[in-house]
Amino acid sequence: MNLAVGSEIPAFVRTTGLANWNRFAAVNDEFIPIHMDDDAGKAAGMGAAFGMGNLLWSYLTAMLRDWMGGDGRIVSMACEFRSPNLKGQIVEARGRITAVRGEGRESLVDLDVWAAAGDTLLAPGTATVAFRRRHEQTSEPLEVATR
Amino acid sequence: MPTSHITPEMLSAVGREISWRVSFPITASDIRRWAVAVYYPDDPPAAFWRASHARGAANDEIQVPEEFNPFAWGSAEQSPSREAADGSVEATLHIDPPNLEFVLNGGMECDYGLRMRVGDVMRSVIRLHSYRERRGRLGLMLFTTTEDTWTNQDGYVVKTVRQTHIRY
Repeated sequence: MNLAVGSEIPAFVRTTGLANWNRFAAVNDEFIPIHMDDDAGKAAGMGAAFGMGNLLWSYLTAMLRDWMGGDGRIVSMACEFRSPNLKGQIVEARGRITAVRGEGRESLVDLDVWAAAGDTLLAPGTATVAFRRRHEQTSEPLEVATR
Repeated sequence: MPTSHITPEMLSAVGREISWRVSFPITASDIRRWAVAVYYPDDPPAAFWRASHARGAANDEIQVPEEFNPFAWGSAEQSPSREAADGSVEATLHIDPPNLEFVLNGGMECDYGLRMRVGDVMRSVIRLHSYRERRGRLGLMLFTTTEDTWTNQDGYVVKTVRQTHIRY
């Protein structure tokens, strides 16, 4: 796995629309008019029905998760929802490593993350993930337990 | 055009607990449905489908996606304020809400702790974190941030989420 600062991680890409949004609405109970009805989306100032911010969050999370492949954990993530995800857009969840630092038994990797549709930035953000340092490799999963 | 949507009453409510809720136990079926929806149209990763593929899992346990929401379709228990509320943070706190028609998800920040597991029961406590305003193409927008802390049945912190909603 390439942890060089400046390197990009594999993107998570989806062509989005009602097929994705309806399925996500069904699991997250987000049957909200702005995500289902063009008139409601227009009334909200977005031009048409648009996808959920929570689904973009899931796409960003899936990108990190798929890249780590079970070898790490997500420490934190943050994003803003700047532009609506409109029907038919190809959404790419992407990330670029900005720093690698050691902390105890783990290597922490900071990233810029973002979801975009072509030149339209939908959701910029940041994330930090953790990998167990090589000499600390065991079969035990990484967990952080605080009360 | 209003100069501010934030009243002294709203400001004095910052920091107050808005509501709490307790989930039903997380089930493997919940996880499979969630993973199918997120990964559509591809099949979800095997770790969310079959226990034998979940690295580090113990005894027929599939992994739970970090962003999974066990409260999506109701709660086993919830605060009375949550039962009564149908709308704004302010209404739940029994203060006058701003007269704004639309609400958008403005963004989230999440710090993760112990990973959720099948069978876990989550307790969520939501507090009013902050208000701020910004003028933009949609007019004077009110940004309201709440902080939601999840702990599992053993008291371990699973995650803390600061969610911002934009009203205009």
